[in-house]
Amino acid sequence: MTRSAIELPTGPEDHAIARLAALATLAWMAEALLPSPLPGLKPGIANIVVLYARFRLGLRAALWVSALRVIGGSLLMGTFMSPGFALAVAGTLGSAFGLVLAGGLPGRWFGPPSHSVLAALGHVAGQLALAAWWLLPVSGLVWLVPVLAGGAVLFGLVNGLVVAHLLAPRGETPPAISR
Amino acid sequence: MIGRLAGTMRPGDWGILAAALAGIAGLGLAAWSSPSGDRVVVRRAGEIYAELSLRRDTSLAVPGPLGTSVVEVRRARARVASDPGPRQLCVRQGWIQRNGEVAMCLPNQVSIEIGGGRRPYDSLSY
Repeated sequence: MTRSAIELPTGPEDHAIARLAALATLAWMAEALLPSPLPGLKPGIANIVVLYARFRLGLRAALWVSALRVIGGSLLMGTFMSPGFALAVAGTLGSAFGLVLAGGLPGRWFGPPSHSVLAALGHVAGQLALAAWWLLPVSGLVWLVPVLAGGAVLFGLVNGLVVAHLLAPRGETPPAISR
Repeated sequence: MIGRLAGTMRPGDWGILAAALAGIAGLGLAAWSSPSGDRVVVRRAGEIYAELSLRRDTSLAVPGPLGTSVVEVRRARARVASDPGPRQLCVRQGWIQRNGEVAMCLPNQVSIEIGGGRRPYDSLSY
């Protein structure tokens, strides 16, 4: 007989975050299987899920989805605590910073594409900062900056447009909630 | 479909996009262009023989053990115009203009190097 039971009550928001985190993890793993011409240059389709969470559930929920994705994804891929994982975390922190920054923008003028581009640029900046600090000499990375930043803007824009389109049919007016 | 997607863009979105692209263009120029030097340092037997400004077209005869090497500066570039060495490698190298670029006439112990501002490389080997 159990003498004491620890029960963690979960609510609908937790379930929603868990669902979206699972979806984001799946998307990220699927994308990891696709080859990319340059390491670090990826469409980032998992970010569509994160952005969707941001506009449907709020900034806090989006950050949760992002964090769960990077940890859960790396555990499933077997890269947890590897240098690749460190880079992924750096990117996630950078994109979180970008999302927080974007949260300050008035929703009337700035929609999902802005949040997406800022988060994508934050992601690239975070990864380059870690690589420069820990892995490679700065001179070796300098030429990468315009390429990765260009990719971030391009894919950030595409993802942002996809999210805007996903939200539009419901008549949503982003941004929704900021908690 | 592109039109419909573009319709979801708000004014601020276009602004962010434009600013990001401008920033990347700037970064690209800064990262991918190497600085041009403003002078050429002529060395003979390892020691600095003369420093010529790239801003003025000029020609300089440098005496060495094998004979005279002629260094020429024209239109912000420098080259070894003639050299008594057997293989003429420094002459065949042609014009140099980027900071840190070097042409060396080893038999006659003459070399020219573009300098000015920061040197991007500690040494260049060919």
